[in-house]
Amino acid sequence: MASVEELKNIASQVRRDIVRMVNAVNSGHPGGSLGCTDFMVALYFNQMNHNKNFTMDGLGEDLFFLSNGHICPVWYSVLAHAGYFEPSELATFRKLNSRVQGHPATAEHLPGIRSAAGSLGQGLSVAIGAALAKKLNKEDKSIVYTLHGDGEFQEGQIWEALMFAPHHKVDNLIATIDYNNKQIDGDVDQVLSHRDLKAKLHEFGWDVIEVLDGNNMEAITAALADAKSRTGKGVPVFIMMHTVMGKGVDFMENEHKWHGTAPNAEQTAAALAQLPETLGDYKAG
Amino acid sequence: MALQDYVTTGNKDTRSGFGAGILELGKTNPNVVALCADLAGSLKLDDFIKAFPERYVQVGIAEANMIGIAAGLTIGGKIPFATTFANFATGRVYDQIRQSVAYSKKNVKIAASHAGLTLGEDGATHQILEDIGLMQMLPGMVVINPCDYNQTKAATIAVAEYVGPVYLRFGRPVWPIFMPDEKFVIGKAIVMNEGKDVTIFATGHLVWKSLEAARQLEAEGLSVELINIHTIKPLDEEAILRSVAKTKCAVVAEEHNRIGGLGSSIASLLAHNTPAPLEYVAVNDHFGESATPAQLMTKYGLDTVNVVEAVKKVMGRKG
Repeated sequence: MASVEELKNIASQVRRDIVRMVNAVNSGHPGGSLGCTDFMVALYFNQMNHNKNFTMDGLGEDLFFLSNGHICPVWYSVLAHAGYFEPSELATFRKLNSRVQGHPATAEHLPGIRSAAGSLGQGLSVAIGAALAKKLNKEDKSIVYTLHGDGEFQEGQIWEALMFAPHHKVDNLIATIDYNNKQIDGDVDQVLSHRDLKAKLHEFGWDVIEVLDGNNMEAITAALADAKSRTGKGVPVFIMMHTVMGKGVDFMENEHKWHGTAPNAEQTAAALAQLPETLGDYKAG
Repeated sequence: MALQDYVTTGNKDTRSGFGAGILELGKTNPNVVALCADLAGSLKLDDFIKAFPERYVQVGIAEANMIGIAAGLTIGGKIPFATTFANFATGRVYDQIRQSVAYSKKNVKIAASHAGLTLGEDGATHQILEDIGLMQMLPGMVVINPCDYNQTKAATIAVAEYVGPVYLRFGRPVWPIFMPDEKFVIGKAIVMNEGKDVTIFATGHLVWKSLEAARQLEAEGLSVELINIHTIKPLDEEAILRSVAKTKCAVVAEEHNRIGGLGSSIASLLAHNTPAPLEYVAVNDHFGESATPAQLMTKYGLDTVNVVEAVKKVMGRKG
């Protein structure tokens, strides 16, 4: 298990990777990726029992599904640093004949990915299925994790899945929402408000943990440990994780225009100057 | 075998063939799981649910979630059958099937009942005639449309042995049982009668109508080749081209829109290889309506007489 200091060091490198990947192809989604970096690092380096020698079935290990697939730069970087594939492969992000697709995919067999995501709202259902499979494979007591965007919670399928999991007592499931209140066209509250999401989740039957600073490594690791302790009790667990879109790059923070905009060379240099290179940059392609 | 060998042994709905097939799978394959969106009785799942309650997932009226859960169940080695009416199993959840099942290459079996006009009185909201087209456009998706109880039961068992996404389409009405109780081979067309004047390619309920038509035409002195195309994708191209090379013309009969179905696939195949006159017995780019199945088959031109007329028309077009 990594210390908080180690996790912070990894997070800094992951943020550098995100900025460099998106800049290199002048496309991709830096905002949500930066905002969820601390969560993803804590999940893979501190929380999950997972195996970098990837198998699709993942028997006996914890599984993770990214439902808001567009923030895959953070996932790719975390997977690479966790040993699923060489960090140098990050240089192929969004390029022809790459396994590192613009949105996560299984077709090219990138280790660590178990379902395509990009069209929003589907990941919770897939994760529920994987959690049910673990229950059917009776000896498998591991946990299934998901991450969602808050804009994504406007999709109807999410609410089908939110209704299903408590009803069927899917208690080996921890779903997390990146609650940054930002989506492409503006603030979530203005585009289409969830109103009181926490109350809704309670009413649907989820055990809800709220993390007020989802970019604080101590808070995130504590919340994940708390969530894990609540599994196996007949109800699914939900983490409402408040984050700052673009966290770590001052001019991107809280600006929804950085949802899907790549920084130019000058902006990239300004961003990297704020993010210490802790593990070594991958070699540019 | 030939026309006289196909003896009607009874009458049952094809969905009951699915119910019998999945019950047998439940006994023989512990990884088979059934999901349904509040239509378990209509899908004939009652016996499976009674025998294997722990391997049944009632998802409620939430088909998108059902497709996603089915995709997830494959991760961990399960073989999920996601079941509902064909309309809700395809058009309603196309994007879920596309991303979570087909693109993700998941071993999901989509088992869809009440396809086509023969759903009857419920009308056009439920009578999907576009599902074969939707499903066969997806890369890697196998599309199967069996013709009677026996073939549906056998197909259900066969698709569980195949690794990869499958769309299995069947129907509601009681229909003659005439196929032998034999192993189903995905992608292998069945030559039900050899002939030299014309080929009838038929799928689903229209195989029975085409069998009736072929008997009538043979009584009139024609030599009719009848081929049962239970697997629309992958298409048995070799069997189709071999037959048309001999007969030089063909009719395609299906309970589907003429656009996007088996007819379109065979037309494309012939155009790319050996162009030959082709006629469709299919719904002419139209929605259905409420009525009895028999009335609808007549009104929308899917009856025995339509197959007979199409054969005569296409033979008249031969050079």
